[in-house]
Amino acid sequence: MSVLDSKIPDGPLKDKWTNHKNKIDLVNPANKRNIDIIVVGTGLAGGSAAASLAEMGYNVKSFCYQDSPRRAHSIAAQGGINAAKNYQNDGDSVYRLFYDTVKGGDYRSREANVHRLAEVSGNIIDQCVAQGVPFGRDYGGLLDNRSFGGVLVSRTFYAKGQTGQQLLLGAYSALNRQIAKGKVTMYNRHEMVELVKVNGKARGIIARNLETGELERHSAHAVVIASGGYGNVFFLSTNAMGSNATAAWKIHKKGAHFANPCYTQIHPTCIPRSGEHQSKLTLMSESLRNDGRIWVPKNIDDVLAIREGTLSPTDLSEDQRDYYLERRYPAFGNLVPRDIASRAAKEICDAGYGVNSTGEAVYLDFSSAIQRYGKQEAAIARLQNPSESDILKLGEGVIESKYGNLFQMYEKIVAEDPYKKPMMIYPAVHYTMGGVWVDYNLMTSVEGCYCIGEANFSDHGANRLGASALMQGLADGYFVLPYTIGNYLSNEIRTGKISTEAAEFVAAEKEVSDRIEKLMNIKGTKSVDHFHKLLGKAMWEYVGMTRNEKGLKKAMAEIKKIRTDFWSDVKIPGDRNSLNRELEKAGRVADFLELGELFAKDALHRNESCGGHFREESVELDGLQKGEAKRNDTDYAYVAAWEYKGEPADAVMHKEELEFNDIELKQRSYK
Amino acid sequence: MDLTLKVWRQKNREEKGGLETYKVTGISEHASFLEMLDIMNEQLIKEGTEPVAFDYDCREGICGTCSLYINGEAHGPDRKVTTCQLHMRMFKDGETIYIEPWRSAAMPVIKDLIVDRSSFDRIQQSGGFVSVNTSGNTQDANALPIPKMNADLAFDAAACIGCGACVATCKNSSAMLFVAAKVSQFAYLPQGQVEAKQRVLNMVEQMDKEGFGNCTNTGACEVECPKSISIKYIAKMNREFLSASCSSES
Ligand SMILES: Cc1cc2nc3c(=O)[nH]c(=O)nc-3n(C[C@H](O)[C@H](O)[C@H](O)COP(=O)(O)OP(=O)(O)OC[C@H]3O[C@@H](n4cnc5c(N)ncnc54)[C@H](O)[C@@H]3O)c2cc1C
Ligand code: SF4
Ligand code: FES
Repeated sequence: MSVLDSKIPDGPLKDKWTNHKNKIDLVNPANKRNIDIIVVGTGLAGGSAAASLAEMGYNVKSFCYQDSPRRAHSIAAQGGINAAKNYQNDGDSVYRLFYDTVKGGDYRSREANVHRLAEVSGNIIDQCVAQGVPFGRDYGGLLDNRSFGGVLVSRTFYAKGQTGQQLLLGAYSALNRQIAKGKVTMYNRHEMVELVKVNGKARGIIARNLETGELERHSAHAVVIASGGYGNVFFLSTNAMGSNATAAWKIHKKGAHFANPCYTQIHPTCIPRSGEHQSKLTLMSESLRNDGRIWVPKNIDDVLAIREGTLSPTDLSEDQRDYYLERRYPAFGNLVPRDIASRAAKEICDAGYGVNSTGEAVYLDFSSAIQRYGKQEAAIARLQNPSESDILKLGEGVIESKYGNLFQMYEKIVAEDPYKKPMMIYPAVHYTMGGVWVDYNLMTSVEGCYCIGEANFSDHGANRLGASALMQGLADGYFVLPYTIGNYLSNEIRTGKISTEAAEFVAAEKEVSDRIEKLMNIKGTKSVDHFHKLLGKAMWEYVGMTRNEKGLKKAMAEIKKIRTDFWSDVKIPGDRNSLNRELEKAGRVADFLELGELFAKDALHRNESCGGHFREESVELDGLQKGEAKRNDTDYAYVAAWEYKGEPADAVMHKEELEFNDIELKQRSYK
Repeated sequence: MDLTLKVWRQKNREEKGGLETYKVTGISEHASFLEMLDIMNEQLIKEGTEPVAFDYDCREGICGTCSLYINGEAHGPDRKVTTCQLHMRMFKDGETIYIEPWRSAAMPVIKDLIVDRSSFDRIQQSGGFVSVNTSGNTQDANALPIPKMNADLAFDAAACIGCGACVATCKNSSAMLFVAAKVSQFAYLPQGQVEAKQRVLNMVEQMDKEGFGNCTNTGACEVECPKSISIKYIAKMNREFLSASCSSES
C-alpha cells in the first residue's frame, strides 16, 4: 500500500486556490493552437470544460453517446444549484457553504477541494446569468433562492424544477459558440471505449461510432473524462438509461485509481416502482421537502386499509399521522440530509408501515403548504374572508409555479393528482460520490488524464448535499480545470502532433475490436438486460441502503458468478458494423459487472458507517443518537483509492489520509 | 393487455423501410410505452430477431431523445408528454398500434425508429448563444434585475427539449416553433439584446438551409409540443425577424 500525493497546495485554506492559480504555468496563446484536448462527456462538467478550453485557444474534440450534447444526463437535474451569494442576507458565506458541504459529506471529502468549490460558486451564478440562463426571480426582478436538505440557509438557485436543463442549455450554448468557431469538433453518437497511453501518458482514445459501428482513433495531448456517475450499476436508478461507467472504468483499467466506490447516494424522494417491467426510477426533487411533509399512518390498521383501498390518506386526521422525520429530527425535520431521510423511510417501511401495495412507499404531503400559501396569497390579493376553495386554488397556484413540472411528471406516471392526494415516494439510487481518484489539479493517477464532474470522487465525501453536484460540475469545467490543466500542458508545447498510427493506437484498437468480437461470438441464450437486472438485484439487496459483512461477501461472490455467466451466455443479435443497441448495452454491463464487485469490496473493507455507507455493525448503541450511524475517524478518515490488478477482488488499496485543519470532526447531528 | 404492434423497420439510411407486425401480451397498464417496447424487444431477442432500435435516454420527459410517431401523433395520444412519459393506460386491450419514426427531409431515418436531428444542433450553432466568455469576470448576477414577467416568458420558451415533435407533426415540416423558442428566450432577456438582430437572421437562414418547410400557421406544433411551447413565440420571432431584416437592409 502506498500513499497518494494529492498535491494540495500549502498555505492557509482560504488562500490555497488563489496562490495556486498564481503559480500555475501559463501556455502562450500561439502554443495553445498546437495543443489538442479530448473531452469525453458533454454534461455540465464536460460541456463547460470543452467550451472554456476552446475559448482559451486549445483545440478540443468533444464526445457524447447521445445524438446531441444537449441531452447529457445533467439535463435531468431538477431542484437547483448552490452558491454562497448571501442574497437572502441569512448569514451565508463561503465558509458556511464549505462547512455545510464537508459536514454533509460526513467528513470524508478533501477540505481544500471543497473550499475551492465554495469560493468559485458565486462566479457560476454570474456566468450562467450572463449566458441567459433564466433562473427563478422574485417580483423585484432579483434572483430567488430555496433551501435544500442538510442546511439552514437559503442558497439554492433554481429554474423551476428544470434547473439542470437550463444550466446545461447554457453550457451547450457556450459549446455551440465554439463549435461554430471551429474550436470544438463535436462527435455525437460516439462512445469512448478505450484510453490510449503512450510512454505512460494519456494520448488519446478509441471511440466507437455508434451509428456505423466503426472504431476510430483520436489523439490528443490530454484526455478529460467527464462521463458522469455509475448509479446504473444498480440497474434501477434515477440516472438516464444510457448513463454508464465505461469511460471511467476503462481509464481505471489503464492505471487510474478508483476511489470510494461504495459511497452511493440513495435519494429519499423518488416515485416507487410499479412492477417487473420497471426500466428506471423517477426522482421527485428534494426541493419538494421545502414544502412537503413526510408521513405514514400511526396505526397499522390504517396502513392496511389504505393498501386495500378502503381508506384514503386524506381521511386521516393530523393526530393519526406519524410525521416521523419531524418527530425524530426536530431541528431539521423534513430537511435532514438525504442519507438520513432514506434510511428513515426504509426503517419505517421495514416495520410494516409502507403505504402502497409493495409496502415500499411513504407519503409526501403538500396540504399544509397549500393552505399556508393560499392564505398568504389571499392576504396579498386583499381578499376579505376568502373561501376554502379560494385558498386551495391560490395555494395550488403557488405550488404549481414552484414545482409544476414535477407534479405533472408524477401525475403522468402514477395517474393520481398530487395536489389533492399526497404523493407516494420511496428511496432510489441517485448519485455516486465515489469515482475516479484525482489530485487537487483534477488529474488522475494516469499522467495527462483528467477527470471532472460526477465521474471523479473529490468533493462530496460520503454523502452529497442537494444542489451541489451541479455546482461541482460547472466549477470543475468553467473555473478549475481550465487553470489547472495549464501546469501539465505547458510541458507539452514541444510535443507536436500525436500520430494515431503509433503502435499503441493500433494495439488499443485491436484490443477493443477483439473484445467486441468476443461479445458477438458468445451467442448465448439470455439478453443483456437479464444480466443487468441480476446485478442490480444483488447490489440493491446486499450493497444498498444498509450493508453488513455477510451480505457484502455474498455480493462479491454472486456478482463474480453473474459476470462469468454473462461472458458465456449473453446473446447479442445483429452485427457489429451498424447501430446495435444490444452491443452498446453489453459493453456497459460488462464494465458494471466488474465495478459492482469492487464496489462491494470497498464497502466490505470500510467497517464504519459514514454518509450513504451504512454498516449495520457500526451504529450508536445508546444516548440521544441511539441507532444512528457511527463514524470511525480513528481508523477510516481516509480515501480508499483502488488500483486495478485484473480481477476486481484483487484490487490493491492506496490510502489518502484526510486532514481536517479548519474544521473540527464531529458527530453529525440533525436532531 | 394484449396488443398488435405495427412497427417501422429500416436497416439504415439508404435502404427502404416498411411496417412489420409484432404481438405482445400481458402488458400492465402501469407500464410506460417504452417499457412495453422493451418487453417486445426482449421477446424478439429470444426469438433471435434483431430488436427494434428506438431512441431514449432520460425516460422522464426532459432530455428530448425519445421520438415516436404513434397512431399518427407525435409522442402519441396523451397531451403535454413525451413518448417516454406515455403510459399504457392510454390504450385499450386488443388495440393495434402504429409506431413510426419522425418524418421530415431535414431529419432522415438512421435505423428503424431513430432519426438524425443534427440539423437542430446546427441551427443552435448558428446563433443560439450569448457571446460571453467563461472567464469568471462577469458582473454580479443581481446587478441587473429582470422583471419577473420577462424572466418567466424567457423560461417558458427555454423549456423546449429539442425533441422535434413540432417538425414531425407539421404538414410543412417547419421548425419554426423550435427556432422561435430559442430566439424568444434571448429576446426577452437583456443579455440577449446585443446580438439579437444577427441571431434571428442567422438562425432563420440556417433553418432554411437545412431544408425545413415554411410555417403556414396551422398551430399543429403547439398541440403536440410536450412542453407546451406556445405559438405566440413564433409571432415574437416574426417581429424580431422583421425588425432585424429592415434595419439590416437600411
Ligand atoms: C434526476 C436527477 C436529478 C438531479 N438533480 C440535481 C439537482 O437538483 N442539483 C444538483 O446539484 N444535482 C442534481 N443531480 C445530480 C447531477 O445532475 C449530476 O451529478 C450531474 O449533472 C453530472 O454531470 P456530469 O457532467 O458529471 O455528467 P453527465 O451530465 O451525466 O454527463 C455525462 C456525459 O458523458 C457522456 N458519456 C458517458 N460515457 C461516455 C462514453 N463512454 N463515451 C462518450 N461519452 C460518454 C454522456 O454522453 C454525457 O454527455 C441530479 C441527478 C439526477 C439523476
Ligand atoms: S418546440 Fe416543443 S415539440 Fe418542438 S422541439 Fe421544442 S419541445 Fe419539441
Ligand atoms: S427519453 Fe428523455 S425525453 Fe423521453
